[in-house]
Order: sequence, then structure tokens, then C-alpha cells
Amino acid sequence: MEQLVYKRPESIKEDFKIPFCPGCDHGVAVRLVAEVLDELGLREKTIGVASVGCSVCSYDIFNVDIVEAQHGRSMAVATGIKRSKPDKIVFTYQGDGDLASIGIAETIHAMARGEKITTICINNTTYGMTGGQAGPTTLLGQVTTTTVNGRNSETSGFPLKISELLKEIDGVAYVARVSLDSPKSIMNAKKSIKRAFEAQVKGLGTGFVEILSTCPTNWKMTPQQAHERVRGEMSEVFVPGVYKDKVSEAI
Amino acid sequence: MARIVLDRNRCKACYLCIDACPNKVLCVDDNVNNLGYYPVKIDIEKNCVGCAMCARVCPDMAIEKVYK
Amino acid sequence: MKKEKKLLKGNYAIAQAAIEAGCQSYFAYPITPQSEIAEYMSSAMPENGRAYVAAESEVAAISMVLGAGSTGVKTMTSSSSCAVALMQEGLSFIASDEIPCVLVNVMRAGPGLGYIYASQGDYFQTTKGGGNGDYKIVTYAPSSVQECIDLTYKCFYVSQKYRTPVCLLADGMLAQMMEPAIVGEYPYEEIDQTSWALDGAKNRKPRFIASLDPDQESLRKRVVKLFEKYKKILDEENMFEKYEIEGAKLVVTAFGSIARIVKAAVKKARKNGLNVGLFRPIMLNPFPEKIVAEIAQKVDGILDIELNCGQMLQDIKSSLAGVKNIPVEFFGRPAGKMMTVDEIYEQIEHTYKKIVEKKYGTACI
Repeated sequence: MEQLVYKRPESIKEDFKIPFCPGCDHGVAVRLVAEVLDELGLREKTIGVASVGCSVCSYDIFNVDIVEAQHGRSMAVATGIKRSKPDKIVFTYQGDGDLASIGIAETIHAMARGEKITTICINNTTYGMTGGQAGPTTLLGQVTTTTVNGRNSETSGFPLKISELLKEIDGVAYVARVSLDSPKSIMNAKKSIKRAFEAQVKGLGTGFVEILSTCPTNWKMTPQQAHERVRGEMSEVFVPGVYKDKVSEAI
Repeated sequence: MARIVLDRNRCKACYLCIDACPNKVLCVDDNVNNLGYYPVKIDIEKNCVGCAMCARVCPDMAIEKVYK
Repeated sequence: MKKEKKLLKGNYAIAQAAIEAGCQSYFAYPITPQSEIAEYMSSAMPENGRAYVAAESEVAAISMVLGAGSTGVKTMTSSSSCAVALMQEGLSFIASDEIPCVLVNVMRAGPGLGYIYASQGDYFQTTKGGGNGDYKIVTYAPSSVQECIDLTYKCFYVSQKYRTPVCLLADGMLAQMMEPAIVGEYPYEEIDQTSWALDGAKNRKPRFIASLDPDQESLRKRVVKLFEKYKKILDEENMFEKYEIEGAKLVVTAFGSIARIVKAAVKKARKNGLNVGLFRPIMLNPFPEKIVAEIAQKVDGILDIELNCGQMLQDIKSSLAGVKNIPVEFFGRPAGKMMTVDEIYEQIEHTYKKIVEKKYGTACI
């Protein structure tokens, strides 16, 4: 008797469209969020916030109510939803440019208020949708369309370590940095995403997961080379791990 | 018998699943799909152990179901 | 509880009306001359089991309004001029998303930081759009504390009925002055928002609210639909005051705070035998062009008076296109000392003599 061990989550639309480039980790990240919503039984009371960038495409994928935020404003929009409908589950799905550059103020202050929302941030060290310009997380020496000789700290500053920064905020209940470069790290990432939702469900504060992701198109790499880069130079600067966990303490 | 259900028209040919499969169940198809890619296809189905590694790494959710 | 007439400050009147109207969430960042609204709401909202959030900026405040409005609740923010400038991004999204919400703009004198004097320098900011794209912010301008209350109700109603952002455009004078007024019961019917609002996809397909519209035809239709809606709002929700218009040879146009001083000057002119009337648009956007044109058919001239360098003046003039060659004079003061009744009267008299009696002299400005 055969047993079903995997199927597409219910929190993914039946007629979903994955508009991302071949090998882009976004597709895995949205699936993990959907699996967690399924497993925690939250789908029917969830409102998602889509941000500007590649992540806006999440509305074509998630089988939940979604509102689009202006660029960088996702956590403020999420605040408006959660405060008006405290019984709903609210999550934002943002890129690093959206969250850590144009939206850093909204991000920090939503967390400082301890908003009970869950935030997933895709860190791929570049502005993907606009064609691979340098962003807040671009590594030193990384070649982008706006740092053609590699990012130079003298002129372009340093990459922002998002998780290390946000873990210091009292209103934040869970902070983890994960990657999606292997089946094992994918399973691990899912555990963290689950914790970040549990932080909200239990009313402990903001749950945050930074996902080190690939952008094979703009990195000009194969998906396999891109995952090598995540494991290598990216993980050296952006060290994966759980940075804060009030959720496990509470359970 | 363990097996996977593959939607070849969702595959964008990143082949991460081929790398993830411990038993070489999958290979590249010689015929393009609706998206214009050479998708993966099931090569040796009897090798499948239903570990679902392929489904977990697939960014396009092209693997609909995995049975064990 | 019996509603009694009380001596009320404009800012508190607006805040109390918002509570009475059933505003479920309020988000704001302080700025003079409207900070009393936030102060009042910071305790009144939680006391009523509703949400008050001190936003980190006006950019965030309007974004919170976007999120709150997407769930269909009555929601509001309040601010002033240079800070409303920061909200334009959000307002453009909200208009495109067809999300209901109320914005209170208590104007101060600009440009830049300017100062907190009463001013009408943000007529353009509000009615001509400060954000990108083809859209309008429906706008009502009160000219008394009682109207601050009544029009706050109207703003909530129109925003909910037509799913559009609506602005209450007041200024420092109205916000800071005290007048007897009644915060009566919210007089409008409640509008059901359940057919579109986000509340979790239970037993239905998921909903998606966004301004992103990659399909050319769909985007075109979206904008056309918005403008059909604005036309409907003008037809159904227009508000204005006509005073001594019948048989007038000169009509003075003014809105908001200055209109009440203009009205006193018009009364004085009537007393002194000048055939003068007042037209005060209360809805400023969409602008009641037809009504201005109708009035213009019957008079010899128009004198527009504003606390700026001539902003509504542009709408008055465009209303007259194709009507007839009618002289339109302007008297304005962008900031500083409020015009007195006598100053305005002098201006009316001067314009009257020039246009109606064809006697020319120098104006007092």
C-alpha cells in the first residue's frame, strides 16, 4: 500500500504561477511558508503582505488573502492589519532591499513595538527584479551592475547584517538566519519559519527569519554554483544560526 | 512502490532535483516542455525510495506528489 | 447619552467625531497644529477597545492606514502639510487599491517647514494629487468647528461607500479655535465591506489587493473606473454653500476658514448696498465646475479669496472655459496675519466698483 509522503501545500494556489528565474530559491521559500501555514492550521485566518521586488510575485502563489505594500512599507502595512484585526495571522514576505534598505525604519520600529507579525526576508545580496544592482547586503568585492569592480567599502560601505541588528530589539521574539542550499538546510529553514509563526501565535512578539537565497540570473551562475556561493562566501559573512529564540523558552 | 508525480510543464530546468536525488531516479528529458525548457524526467523509477528530496529542493513545485 | 452643545476646539471636534463615526484604528505621527488629535486618540481609542499606534513617520502612518483599510475597517490618520507630503506615496497606492480611509490635513503655511499659521497653501497638494498617477483624493473643507464634526462623518461615509481615500482639509485656525458645537450621532448608514475586504480566505477564494497591474488593458480599465467613480461622487456627494447668490452682480468664492470671514464681509457689503454673493465649495475635489459655471452665467464678475497665492483660483478659471468672458479677480495672502473683515470688504468694494460700476482705482492689499 503506497503512502503519500509529500504533496503541494494547500496554502499554495492550485493554479499557482512561479514567475521566478530557474533555480531561484524564492520558490522554495514560499513553499516552506505555505507548508508551515498548513501544519499550524493558519491558512484561513492569514493575511499576507507582498512587498515590492521579486517578492511581490508571492500573490500569484500563496492561497491566502494578500495585500501589496509600497516599497519597504510591508511591516507598517502589516501593523495596520494586525492592529485592526488582532485575531488574524499576518506575515510579510520581503526582499533584503525592501526590508533592510528602503524599509529599515518600518522594520525596526514595527519590531520595537513588538508587533505580533511574522517576517520572512530573502537575502540574495542584490536587487534582483531591477537587474542585479548593489543593495544593502551586497558583499565586499561582489560585482554587481552598480559595483562593476566589486563592492568597495570606501565608496559603497559595508554589507548590513540584518539578523545581528534585529536580534537586539526587545520586541522581537525570534530571529534566525537560514539557507536553502541543501535538503538538510531546507528542513532546518522550515523549522525556523515555523518558530517565527509560533512567536506570533503565542503573542510573544515579532518572528523573523532571514533566508540566504540565490539569484543565479544576476549572480551569473548556475543554480548549483549559486548554492556553492551561499555555502561559501555568503555564509562566512552572514553566519546562519538561531540568533534569538523566546519561542522555545515559552514552549 | 515508491514513486513521484512530476508536472514536466512546470520544470524550469535548474536540475537541483537531479543533484538531490540519492538514487539517480531523474535525468534530463530530450524534449522541451511548454515553457521551452528541457525538463527533468523519470529515468529509473524502480530506484525511487520516496525520500521526497527532489520535491523539497524544487523551486518550481514541479513535483506534485511523492509516494512511499 | 444626550448630545449637548459644548465649547470645542477644532482638533478635539475632529477626534471626537472620528470616535463617534466608529473609527477602528488610528495611526499618526505628531505635527503642529494638529497634534491634539493624536493626543486625544491615544487615550480615547484604547478606552473604546480600538487601536491607536504612534507611527515612526508619516510614511509609516499612511502605510498602516493602507493595511488597516484593506481589512475594511474605518481607519484614519491626521497630519499637516509638509508631513502630508510624506504620505503621497501611500495615498497613490490607496487610491489605486480602492481602500477606504480618512486623511485629516490641518494645513500650515509652507513651503518647506514654513510655520504653523493658518494657510490654504495645500489646496494643490490635496486636489491635484501629490502622488504619482491618475487619481483624486476626494476632499471636503470645513469652515467651522461644527463642520469639522459633520464633515468628518461625511469623510468616513464617502470613503466607505465608494472605497476611496477622503481628505478633511482644515487649517491651523479651525483646528485651534473653540466654538460651540455638538458631536451628534454618526448620521450615515453602515456600508458592508465584506465582499472585498481581507479577513482570511475561509470558505472562499483568496483575495488580493494591489496597485500592480502588469496587463495594459487591465491597468487602463482600472484608472478609467476610478474616474467614473469620482464623477459619481461629485454627482451624489457634492456639498457647497450659496449665500446671497440670487441677483448678485459680483460673486466671491472662498473655501474653508477664510470663507467665514469672507461671509462677514459679504454681509457688510450687502448692508452697504453692494449686490454681492458668496459661493463656498465644501467639496473641493472633484471640483464642482458645473455649479461655478452656472453661477458665472448670471454675474458680472468673480472675486476669489484664498489664504494662498491663487490655487482654487485655477479650478474656478477652468470651470469658466466656454462660459463667457467673465473677469476673475483674486485676493490672497499666503501666510501671516489673517485677513480681517474690513480688509476683505475693501477688496470686495474695490472689485465691485471696477467690474460692476466700471470705476477704476487702486486696490488695498
